[in-house]
Amino acid sequence: MKIRVIALNTFKEAVRDRILYLLLFFAAAAIILSRILALLTVGDRTKIIKDVGLASISFFGALMAILIGTGLVYKEIEKRTIFTLISKPIHRYEFLLGKFFGLILTLFIMLACMSVIFLALVFFHTFKIEWALLAAIVFNFLELILITAVAIFFSSFSTPILSSLFSLGFYLIGHFSWSLETLIKKIRPGVARTLIQVLYTILPDLENFNIKTEVVHGLPLPASLFLYSTAYGLIYAAFILALAVFIFQRRDFI
Amino acid sequence: MHPPGPAGAIEVPSLLASRAKINDKIENTLGCQYNERRDMKNILAIENVRKSFKVGFIPQKKEILKGISFSVAEGEIFGYLGPNGAGKTTTLKCVLGLIYPDSGRIELVGRPHLDPRAKEEVGFLPENPYFYDYLTASEFLDFYAQLFQLKKDVRQERITALLKLVGVDRAADLQLRKFSRGMLQRVGLAQALINEPSLILLDEPLGGLDPLGRKEIRDIIIRLKDEGKTVFLSSHILQDIEMICDRVAIIVGGRILNQGKLTDLISEKILFTEVTISGIDEKDLAAFGESLSVLSGRTLLKIFDEKKIQDVFDLARNRKGKIHSLIPRTQTLEDLFVDTVKPK
Repeated sequence: MKIRVIALNTFKEAVRDRILYLLLFFAAAAIILSRILALLTVGDRTKIIKDVGLASISFFGALMAILIGTGLVYKEIEKRTIFTLISKPIHRYEFLLGKFFGLILTLFIMLACMSVIFLALVFFHTFKIEWALLAAIVFNFLELILITAVAIFFSSFSTPILSSLFSLGFYLIGHFSWSLETLIKKIRPGVARTLIQVLYTILPDLENFNIKTEVVHGLPLPASLFLYSTAYGLIYAAFILALAVFIFQRRDFI
Repeated sequence: MHPPGPAGAIEVPSLLASRAKINDKIENTLGCQYNERRDMKNILAIENVRKSFKVGFIPQKKEILKGISFSVAEGEIFGYLGPNGAGKTTTLKCVLGLIYPDSGRIELVGRPHLDPRAKEEVGFLPENPYFYDYLTASEFLDFYAQLFQLKKDVRQERITALLKLVGVDRAADLQLRKFSRGMLQRVGLAQALINEPSLILLDEPLGGLDPLGRKEIRDIIIRLKDEGKTVFLSSHILQDIEMICDRVAIIVGGRILNQGKLTDLISEKILFTEVTISGIDEKDLAAFGESLSVLSGRTLLKIFDEKKIQDVFDLARNRKGKIHSLIPRTQTLEDLFVDTVKPK
């Protein structure tokens, strides 16, 4: 399986890059910092640790996906390593999917590392391993799959700096687009509402993957939510990847 | 327009016709289409390929390849010559599917060039290769070997043999970021040979190598030919090409201006004779030929007329002068190249 070979090589590339460890260091620092933040807070300190810890994992995970993902394809073209690769009997889509899965594997392992630090910190505070927190991290992983697809999509035709900005824009828009849904409920039917409806459908809604509040406050999680979010994330990512392949298939490597 | 074929090309059509007849017979017997690998004579055929790029802030079309045609026969070393920016690398990129030609046809190992099955039999070394510098030399070769879906023991065997062949076996476990340019070039060549290809495309393979390294790589190329492989060599270093290539094509400004067997292109005729002579005044020699230089009493004389060589000898004898050397100069690839490239 050629996609697997490229994916494993991508994984090797990512784990031998210092930027990954720098981000992991800062992520660990942010998670541990939540303990200090908790000391300064009046009220339920455990909630602060959980909340800040989960937010750190989410933020640094996205940062890893964007900073590494946007360089992956571009670097191959810039350093001309793609010349030898494409001259081998592989299809261009295999290359792109290999890169995607390689980064997903890297992010999975990084997320696992951050989760261990986070769960250990919570354990030292509550003397319980809170498995419910893992559910929030699994949802976060779904979000990272989507962000990786977006980063690779931009990387297939743009420079790393532009791709990073575009992907960061996607991330931010994705976390605020839910307000459009609120807006739709508030305005009367008409052209404006239809337009907003269309906009909301096209724009990503990354809040679908945010169950931090429910988990931290111990609210019930319906099973349908998990199904819906998984389907949403995977279909959206597949669409973005198909678009990336479409562009990548046609371009010249000069 | 068809390029001139290799020696014995006259027999090819009749051979093809008889092969086609055999195929027809097989198809009639089997009642289905019989797919034989087509014309084994040409391993790479390029027909009227054009490619242009859009350049500039307000994109304007710039044609790089202006309808090039040539073919490479199986088992030969083919030299692809041209000055910088003539379109050598662009041609190679078209062949390998890195860029798509605007028009024209490319056939690789008897298949359309974008067919991955054609690429199974091709090895490629790009110009100034940059590789995954985070990998060690053996990891690097293993990565490419896996893309050809070779089994682990086969991979191990080939990697060891290839690293030895190109002379970097002692650095097998060193990350490529620590390699010198010459060493990278060698690993690059090993990478191009990992699938035991029948056609090897090399873009400036001797660039960045010291004289000894160049000789080693040249020897490897000749050895590949002896093993029955075809080598396509793109270069602007004429000596290398002259020494090892059977046929050449010269590309200038996106057009093939000259192609054929090296022996046909370069005449064996003596162009002029260089004579070094001392003891005779330069002015007295002017009648015989062109005086190129006078260095510590020795005059370097370029004589075009063969009869005049004898006259120079007689003059030297009469005046007690001394002839130090006499070198007949035949046409070199460089002369041909300069003649071809020079704007008419």
